Amino acid sequence: MLNALLAMAAIAIALGAVLGFAAIKFRVEGNPLVDKIDAVLPQTQCGQCGFPGCKPYATAIAEGAADINLCPPGGEEGIHKLADLLGMEFKPFGGATVPKPKSVALIDEFNCIGCTLCIQACPVDAIAGAAKQMHTVIADECTGCELCLAPCPVDCISMVPITDSVTNWKWKYPVYALNLSK
Amino acid sequence: MRTLYQFHGGIHPPTNKTQSNQTPIKQAALPSKLIIPLHQHVGNNARVMVEAGQHVLKGQLLGAPEGHLSSAVHAPTSGTITAIDMQPVAHASGIPDLCVTLIPDGRDEWIARESCCDWQGLTHTELRHRLRQAGVVGLGGAVFPSDMKLYAHKHKIKTLVLNGAECEPYITCDDLLMRERAAEILLGVEMMRALLYAEEVLIGIEDNKPEAIDAMRAAVAAGKHERMEVIAVPTVYPGGGAKQLIRVLTGIEVAAGVRSTNLGVQCFNVGTAYSAWRAIHHGEPLISRIVTVTGNVGHPQNFEVLIGTPMDELVAQADQLPDTSGYIMGGPMMGVLMPSMQVGVVKATNCIIAASSKLFPKAAPALPCIRCIRCADVCPAELQPQELYWFSKAKNLDKAEDYHLFDCIECGACSYVCPSNIPLVQYYRFAKSEIWAQEAAKKSADAARERHEFRESRIEREKREKAEKLAAREKSAVEARAQAPLQPAVAASNPDADPENTMQLKIQIAIDHAKEQAAAIKPKNTEQLTPQQLAEIADIEARRARIHELAKDTSDGQP
Repeated sequence: MLNALLAMAAIAIALGAVLGFAAIKFRVEGNPLVDKIDAVLPQTQCGQCGFPGCKPYATAIAEGAADINLCPPGGEEGIHKLADLLGMEFKPFGGATVPKPKSVALIDEFNCIGCTLCIQACPVDAIAGAAKQMHTVIADECTGCELCLAPCPVDCISMVPITDSVTNWKWKYPVYALNLSK
Repeated sequence: MRTLYQFHGGIHPPTNKTQSNQTPIKQAALPSKLIIPLHQHVGNNARVMVEAGQHVLKGQLLGAPEGHLSSAVHAPTSGTITAIDMQPVAHASGIPDLCVTLIPDGRDEWIARESCCDWQGLTHTELRHRLRQAGVVGLGGAVFPSDMKLYAHKHKIKTLVLNGAECEPYITCDDLLMRERAAEILLGVEMMRALLYAEEVLIGIEDNKPEAIDAMRAAVAAGKHERMEVIAVPTVYPGGGAKQLIRVLTGIEVAAGVRSTNLGVQCFNVGTAYSAWRAIHHGEPLISRIVTVTGNVGHPQNFEVLIGTPMDELVAQADQLPDTSGYIMGGPMMGVLMPSMQVGVVKATNCIIAASSKLFPKAAPALPCIRCIRCADVCPAELQPQELYWFSKAKNLDKAEDYHLFDCIECGACSYVCPSNIPLVQYYRFAKSEIWAQEAAKKSADAARERHEFRESRIEREKREKAEKLAAREKSAVEARAQAPLQPAVAASNPDADPENTMQLKIQIAIDHAKEQAAAIKPKNTEQLTPQQLAEIADIEARRARIHELAKDTSDGQP
């Protein structure tokens, strides 16, 4: 009886020590789920979800504090991906968040007064310029977040939708009209 | 006798080649205008080197290669540039692209050409540079810049395969080129062989072109080319695909994601070898090519056509029949319908088929897949087309990729045999471009994340540095005051003990600093003033004083 108890206790202590050691040794910094969610988000850093950037939104989703249908730039596809990742049901867009066609900002360089307010607002440093010098958007780096529109005192920034070109054109899904004549 | 190998599958569609290969290559008439796109090759757009209104000579550079992977574009004849703008181009999308419009002056006047009678005297770097500057690209249809394929340093190339198979129905441009210009093709091949240090050259020609095989064999014997063999390969579609031809000639199977050069084989089209020779030996850039004009025309034949010739003007020379509904560029299996009949011929245009409803009747509507697996039997890439179809149709792109979607060469053999008339290749094209778009989006999202994180860390760093600087300044100022007992206000109390005093001290320091700065500023441009200017200044000062007085009065007058 006593031997059995001692043996069980010894095993328990040994396994506990192993688990305790593993918990310290293989400790994961941060929440790996946040990074996984962040990888699915489109990284526009636009704040349309109500959080100050994609990472904070990812953190909020991981903590269960935010819904998965708040990211308009990600589109419905983004919601599907988040739902798959988190094992949740798909939800349509909630509230005032509606996806728009992907656009880039364009500064009307004639009217720009060089106030640098848009440069400070840009979350991805995609606007080049200096005080009292004309500014311009680096189109390749622009995520289309629209955060530069509000601070501009002369309203010289507009959003230009990205159009199809020979380089970014996609083959369309084959769709055929039904022949209903018979 | 060489042992030939087989590739999996393949089909035997009616070849329809005899219509166009009966007459010799004809020089096409000079068109009324040329529409020359600046993006005719794989890689970056060529950089425009001319202006609208400028007169150019034949062979003059219109677009210079930009970046690592790019090629040049030249004026196909002498004339005047009338526009550089967006025009419809020979692309399935029908989206306009940047084109140079040239109105020929009829003189066809060449620019000074740098011909080279002894290419062996040139370094390999120089040869590649000249090919790049001459705009030589793969003429088999892929239009990949040829200079990029002629590097030999990484892998030992044992075999150079020359592709004269021309497996697509209707097309005969390579056939005629081999019949008529075999000697020059072989000289080009010798140059390519030297660049690649390849040991042997295998020229693969499908056995439905006996005249071309004879002509090439005669040229090999006449030119005393060693370790070069013309091999008749069985006629089976798509035997002219690079991977398929390499398999038939050498037995090497080029696996997914592997380049044939890693396995010691490089492959070029016969037309490319010919153009490379013209470029190096005659200094002629790639400004024309052989184009088969066939289909719904009275006299199907091959033309030597200037790049940029509007397709309708070219097809008219083969007597276009009135019920022609559109043009297909390429063959009936892999070709694409042109968005307009006026688009210019490009370097990739090997064939123009005038289409009509009689020639290509409207396909019957697609029926459900009955899982007969005939597509898998004919697939030359040994894929499972039916699986790919289901996954592509369901937009299950990850799964399609798992089933090696990117090994599909879009040859159309599966669609050809499908008893349900399913446009399989269209589904694969859709899935491929969707995956590419998603990858591009992922890449730009990653770049945006990186930039955003960098910005955050930069702002954080700037804040920290500012705080540190401020702290250091405060500390040094406090020390300075503490060491100066002459200051009565400070000396009277202990500044370190009383926070109120520290604050006052700080304010005092700031005020002193501001005063010092104000004293240091002197008005500029006041040294040499005329009496008139001095009078004006005095006048202004007087007015200012008066306004101050008035302001004081009104503020005093208010209750």
